[in-house]
Amino acid sequence: MTTGPGDFTERAGDQAYHVRPYRPPVNLLWWLRRRTYLFFVLRELSCLAVAWAVLFLMLLVRAVSEGGDVYAHFVTWARMPWIVVLNVVAFAFLMLHAITWFNLTPAATVVRLRGQRVPPAVIAGSAYAGWVVVSALVAWIVLRQ
Amino acid sequence: MTDTIALQVTRYRPDRETEPTVEEFAVPLHNDWAVLDGLNHIKDNMDGTLSYRWSCRMGICGSCGMMVNGEPKLTCASFLTDYGRGPVRVEPLAGFPVIRDLVVDISDFLRKLPKVKPWIVREDEEPVGAGEYLQTPAQMDAYRQFSMCINCMLCYSACPVYALDPDFVGPAAIALAQRYNLDSRDQGAEVRLDLLIHPEGIWGCTFVGECTRACPKGVDPAGAIQRYKLTAALHSVKSLLLPRGAR
Repeated sequence: MTTGPGDFTERAGDQAYHVRPYRPPVNLLWWLRRRTYLFFVLRELSCLAVAWAVLFLMLLVRAVSEGGDVYAHFVTWARMPWIVVLNVVAFAFLMLHAITWFNLTPAATVVRLRGQRVPPAVIAGSAYAGWVVVSALVAWIVLRQ
Repeated sequence: MTDTIALQVTRYRPDRETEPTVEEFAVPLHNDWAVLDGLNHIKDNMDGTLSYRWSCRMGICGSCGMMVNGEPKLTCASFLTDYGRGPVRVEPLAGFPVIRDLVVDISDFLRKLPKVKPWIVREDEEPVGAGEYLQTPAQMDAYRQFSMCINCMLCYSACPVYALDPDFVGPAAIALAQRYNLDSRDQGAEVRLDLLIHPEGIWGCTFVGECTRACPKGVDPAGAIQRYKLTAALHSVKSLLLPRGAR
């Protein structure tokens, strides 16, 4: 019998057994096997969208602070079709990132009030409520004239 | 005449095969037969060389975990009638090296498990004469869920992180560490945190959540790991901001 790198010897009493385990290869497309695996990979990829959104926001802030031609140039650039498409895709990924993040909060946070565990839906609901309040506040600051 | 159902069973005989093959058996389809009963029928009546692990047949020993139609399942708790007219694919647990047929090598888990010290660790051990360490029902409720783990390995099999990185400590071992951390009688949380606060420990988990869905005992290992991450993060912040005595 041939021996491989993963082989080992198992002893049972006086007997020694040569074990030659088969190590199944991991298929490159393993993440398409299940919906949950696919969502997991998309969520991991969403970090690129977050990085892009941060960069875009920083460029926007710089353009606003410079004003005049710089801002006009930024707006023209941001209206280019490929930037719009990129931002729509990034927004979809950001939503996925935020929603999956808020949904996991009850798994990580166990709060007890008067000896009773606060239901997971209340914890996730509070996170969503906080999101809405902060978004509304930001919208008010940006949109007020 | 009794109806039959086809079991497509993975065979791997390392003395004569270099990789697994599939063999199909027609077994009787009884209402009260689980997949494990089908395998036992094959072993008793058709091919005595078929190898697989099983013991209690009541979902408590954790031995009979296999992939049934691609899902990690306890074969004693998966009934043949739930798979329609079949065929039913029975494979060894995914993510583990296969020793023979449906038997996988779990020695990696057995090496990792004691490292998280899954027992009550005390700084000040009371003498036996002092009696039991008492606990209220509420204190017991804090960890009861995590104590239901039967080490069946279904969570490891469902976890893509473990399949890609076998150094990852994995769901059951971390859930068991958390089971003792949450036990009011235990004082070993600091020791376990040191063991698990590294990239192959809790931070290796990317919260796919499949371990919790696969668990036949409702343990929620994914929840245990996320709670552990929160504890570890708070611990790091405290050790950065607070003087030693106030932590």
